[in-house]
Amino acid sequence: MDLQNYDKGFLLKLLEQMLLIRRFEEKAGQMYGLRKIGGFCHLYIGQEAIAVGSIAALDLKKDYVLTGYRDHGHALACGMSPKAAMAELFGKATGCSKGKGGSMHFFDTDHHMYGGNGIVGGQIPVAAGVAFKIKYNAENGVVLCYFGDGAIHQGVFHETLNMARIWNLPIVFICENNQYGMGTDFRRVSSVLDFSVMGGSYEIPAKQVDGMKVLEVYTETAEAVKLAREEGTPSFLEMKTYRYRGHSMSDPAKYRTKEELEEYKRMDPILMYKQDLIAAGLLTEDEYKAMDKRCIAVCDEAVRFAEDSPEPPLEAMYEDILA
Amino acid sequence: MPVITYREAIRQAIDEEMARDERVFLMGEEVARYNGAYKVSQGLLDKYGPRRVIDTPITEAGFTGIGIGAAMAGLRPIVEWMTFNFSLLALDQVINNAAKLRHMSGGQVNIPIVFRGPNGPAEYLSSQHSQALQSLYAHIPGLLVVAPATPYDAKGLLKTAIRNDNPVIFLESELMYSWQGEVPEGEYTIPLGMADVKRQGRDVTLITYSKPLKLVQETAQLLAEMGVEAEIVDLRSIRPLDEVTIYSSVKKTNRCVIVDETWPFASVASHIGWLISRNCFDYLDAPVEIVTSEDVPMPYNHRLELEVQPTVDKILRAVERVMYKQAGTFQRSGQ
Repeated sequence: MDLQNYDKGFLLKLLEQMLLIRRFEEKAGQMYGLRKIGGFCHLYIGQEAIAVGSIAALDLKKDYVLTGYRDHGHALACGMSPKAAMAELFGKATGCSKGKGGSMHFFDTDHHMYGGNGIVGGQIPVAAGVAFKIKYNAENGVVLCYFGDGAIHQGVFHETLNMARIWNLPIVFICENNQYGMGTDFRRVSSVLDFSVMGGSYEIPAKQVDGMKVLEVYTETAEAVKLAREEGTPSFLEMKTYRYRGHSMSDPAKYRTKEELEEYKRMDPILMYKQDLIAAGLLTEDEYKAMDKRCIAVCDEAVRFAEDSPEPPLEAMYEDILA
Repeated sequence: MPVITYREAIRQAIDEEMARDERVFLMGEEVARYNGAYKVSQGLLDKYGPRRVIDTPITEAGFTGIGIGAAMAGLRPIVEWMTFNFSLLALDQVINNAAKLRHMSGGQVNIPIVFRGPNGPAEYLSSQHSQALQSLYAHIPGLLVVAPATPYDAKGLLKTAIRNDNPVIFLESELMYSWQGEVPEGEYTIPLGMADVKRQGRDVTLITYSKPLKLVQETAQLLAEMGVEAEIVDLRSIRPLDEVTIYSSVKKTNRCVIVDETWPFASVASHIGWLISRNCFDYLDAPVEIVTSEDVPMPYNHRLELEVQPTVDKILRAVERVMYKQAGTFQRSGQ
């Protein structure tokens, strides 16, 4: 990637967004340890380049994002306030979903982030439905639909790819292959190791992308988005990545080796990209440190906000069910 | 007033709502070129074109989920399931998404969608194709469940369901499609959650909805000939449930039989039975009786399948029990 082809502000924004997600997730993990957050909490650490690089290719005035339960990164990349995100994790009334959704159900319709789905693959047809709306209304938008390698064998993935193709829906399916569906190595449960071949079954253009490289994610997604926007052709991108933490907070991740984890940490999306920027003279170590400080401060402020926010009143349990 | 079939009433409702609101569209298996597996959507493709009347592949979870996403994004889909038996393939999408997205998002989204199609037994179809699944859907907060039994009610309630901002499960029935009834030519709607007293009576309340209504009406006629005046409460909508009408009828007659073609365990009938016991206890002269399908999968054999379902005789026996009459007191003529 030739960094000189891009606007400096844009390049630095990608880095800062990844760093914000990293610091947010670290803080969430810490707060989980303090029992401020309960239940399932799936951290995005290691996968930041995917949400940031792909969502950077969107115009969220007309485009949409839907994802699974590992959704903090996508929400922040769409522009959700870290305060509303942290407050949601704390179950507070000021959370993005008023404390009713929690970690797995971040929604921010103002930023066209339509969830946050807790059923593996459950969001895939719903995302195609949003793309259906775009086509029905002859709008110019595109939907990015994210899911993990665990979702790829669900029936709705295959059902939806078929319909997206026969109806030419403007959608990009993005499989974030972090290599483990909970504790199961994808190689143990998949008949193919290159998921992108599955696009071929439905005549959907598909390819593998290095999900640790934010600019590669950006350019490949931008191309797929262009195809969807201009020709109504759906695409499927398998983004190879790795999560540093367990599946959720209760998972010590004993199904993989320390060496494997360390190897991926050497390919850390933030670290590598930072080095590229420094090498290209677009960033100094001091500027990076200042950026990191800003991100940490934002997350600290989010925790303060969440702590100080009120619990939802008991009667709130009867609200937001029927319109 | 024109007399039309239930099928035509449903079609008129869809047609009128599609004409009224560009956001309304129909999708499902065989709804377009084939004109509907049960011909409910006859002519709609010709009138509205393939953009708004959409044939889907046989992929219930997939197209149901697409409908839900379209609804979340601002359209007003009508999703036809060829029968409710096949809705089971889409159950995850309905329960985990249609019924939950508004809640999980803290009220940021609405899911204005109607899921409709024939529910309950027809004839000679054995167990996979003869299920009355309303108790399952009624169990889920976040879903509305509507089950009209006459063409008039079907049209008025479907139009309301399409205009409602929530997911509505709309239960029709293969055998009801050819039933006839008066339907006015002009525009009308019926609010959800309003039961209709189909017959006034003072001696016993018969609560029902959907296809068993005819059976209940036939039973009430027989009872009248024997001097017993039954009041028939047609629920029409299960969620929301018109508890006011139920209680005022039971408080008047002091006796109640609920006729429901679902299985008995954790059913619409058993729930309403509990509600009546809870809210009308001092008014009841006898325990509430329920007449449901037998607690078995549906056999193919016709004699058996008819006997699995509620029958006039079963309802008569239940009325005898709530009136403390000896079994066999109320007989059909010729018996």
